[in-house]
Amino acid sequence: MEKIIKGSVFVLGDNIDTDQIIPAEHLVYSLTDEEESKKYGHFALSGVPLSQAGLPNGGVNFIEGDNYLSQFTIVIAGSNFGCGSSREHAPFALQKAGVKAVVAESYARIFYRNSVDGGFIIPLECNERLNDKIKTGDVVEINLTNYVLKNLDDGKEYRLKDLGDVLPIIQSGGLFEYARNNGMIV
Amino acid sequence: MGMTITEKILAKAAGRKSLTPGENVWLNVDVLMTHDVCGPPTIAIWKKEFGANAKIWDKNKLVIFPDHYIFTANKHANRNVEILREFAKEYQIDNYYDVGTDRYKGVCHVALAEEGYNLPGTVLFGTDSHTCTSGAFGMFATGVGNTDAAFILGTGKIWEKVPESMKFTFHGELPKYLTAKDLILQILGDISTDGATYRAMEFDGEAVYQLSMNERMTLTNMAIEAGGMSGIIAADEVTEEYVRQRTSKPYEIFNSDIDAKYHSKYEYNVEEIEPLVAKPHSPDNRDKVINVAGTKLTKCYIGSCTGGKLTDFKFAAQFLFGNSVKVPTFIVPASTEVARQLEIETYNGISLKEIFEKAGCTIAQSSCAACLGGPDDTIGRAVDRDVVISTTNRNFPGRMGSKKSEVYLASPLTVAASAVNGFITDPRDFIS
Repeated sequence: MEKIIKGSVFVLGDNIDTDQIIPAEHLVYSLTDEEESKKYGHFALSGVPLSQAGLPNGGVNFIEGDNYLSQFTIVIAGSNFGCGSSREHAPFALQKAGVKAVVAESYARIFYRNSVDGGFIIPLECNERLNDKIKTGDVVEINLTNYVLKNLDDGKEYRLKDLGDVLPIIQSGGLFEYARNNGMIV
Repeated sequence: MGMTITEKILAKAAGRKSLTPGENVWLNVDVLMTHDVCGPPTIAIWKKEFGANAKIWDKNKLVIFPDHYIFTANKHANRNVEILREFAKEYQIDNYYDVGTDRYKGVCHVALAEEGYNLPGTVLFGTDSHTCTSGAFGMFATGVGNTDAAFILGTGKIWEKVPESMKFTFHGELPKYLTAKDLILQILGDISTDGATYRAMEFDGEAVYQLSMNERMTLTNMAIEAGGMSGIIAADEVTEEYVRQRTSKPYEIFNSDIDAKYHSKYEYNVEEIEPLVAKPHSPDNRDKVINVAGTKLTKCYIGSCTGGKLTDFKFAAQFLFGNSVKVPTFIVPASTEVARQLEIETYNGISLKEIFEKAGCTIAQSSCAACLGGPDDTIGRAVDRDVVISTTNRNFPGRMGSKKSEVYLASPLTVAASAVNGFITDPRDFIS
């Protein structure tokens, strides 16, 4: 697990559901075929209405043109991020697009589990509504040793919640690695 | 301290006498369910992680229903079903219900009930968020992703945090203009889409126990729309009768103790609830139907694991009988069993199927269809500027297809009344 995550942020609102993260029509692509799975990156966050994409002003494309990698590597959102379906394709799509971490006020259970157990992205929480304080395009640095997020554009710092119970799974890289490290499976 | 029904079932699955919310426990899984969207990636992860000689922990406990994207020309969607077919053949999975065969069932959550996989006191995991539907049978059921499912497939176990429980009690006798859909929309409006995150939603009260199993499944189905880990209704005689007609497998009935501890309790008198809708674009954006009555529609949709069960169509047939729909109206039976019942069940001496045909509805093949958009040739899919009223479970932006469409969620009574008028209509206008 990287201790420092630095990148440009993409800011979203509340209740970003899994259909907005990766619309159902795209769930047909292979997740294991290296080339085909890039489609998930290409269509990541494509279900977010454009007026709500890249707050505070909206109208920002998360992915430009034919790319599958986004210029934004950290997503900042409000409450209940990842609500809706159980599709693991959602955190996978964000990872494919190059996202390292999401910082939200809260998460839906299945999306949170999938992010951690699949080792796709690091789901961080902040008691403050960072999506009101940080703008799309700002560059932030997340320090996972002291759980501080610093906005490098204005120098302001915010305290994140620690990862608690799930930290060992994230450090292992996912559920299977964690289970193997602990002798739960061979 | 007493325990809730959820805590008792999870204690049994964990091989413990008792446990408390917040504890992390290993559970022994009774049934793992998967479908065509999440089955192939689950299988791929299982093979990768457990190696070439990967073994299924208990193939009798694995159930696979292709249901999401099956009547489509989309080659990638069809490839998914082909992967399931090959897997079922290679590992001799008896509980595989292939499309194009007599065994095909339709939507997994309804088929699980019909095929006797839902047993009181058991623990069921599925790669679909609406797996919570099965909680209507007094069991613990919840959705997981591909990685968790792959872990279960290889070990039969899953690591879970024991949820706190919330209790929702409905008193009174359900008026003729209300269905279970109105009750769950009432809750969603009160607690919002994250009001039950990581908690078990327990439904109780005489109005709940007056409901058929189909209607109870509508309540538990939408627990996930409040973020609920599960929804649950303790089993009674109605549950037992339904189960015994479908399986002879053993089960155990649990009930919450009187002194069980809850995160919160909500009480309702159903006679005070009015017909409700969830307005675009969230299932908790509740309003009274009467407040949005007159909204012009371009499509009506009755289907899905939430609103495509026999009871939903019986409700709808009351209003569609002898009437013609003013806008394209789609009837999508959740299962092939429901589709068959549409030909057998009658209203005023005429089969439900004939009523819908005469009213000008389009009757589709059993599947998830446009509930979740799907490939662009999916029947009933919402297109730009569509205004749809639907019995399905979600209306987040783009859920039924175009993110430029608007979807209202409502009971089958409200949708049928609206289909007849072409605009959103209070079902009480049709009940004298």
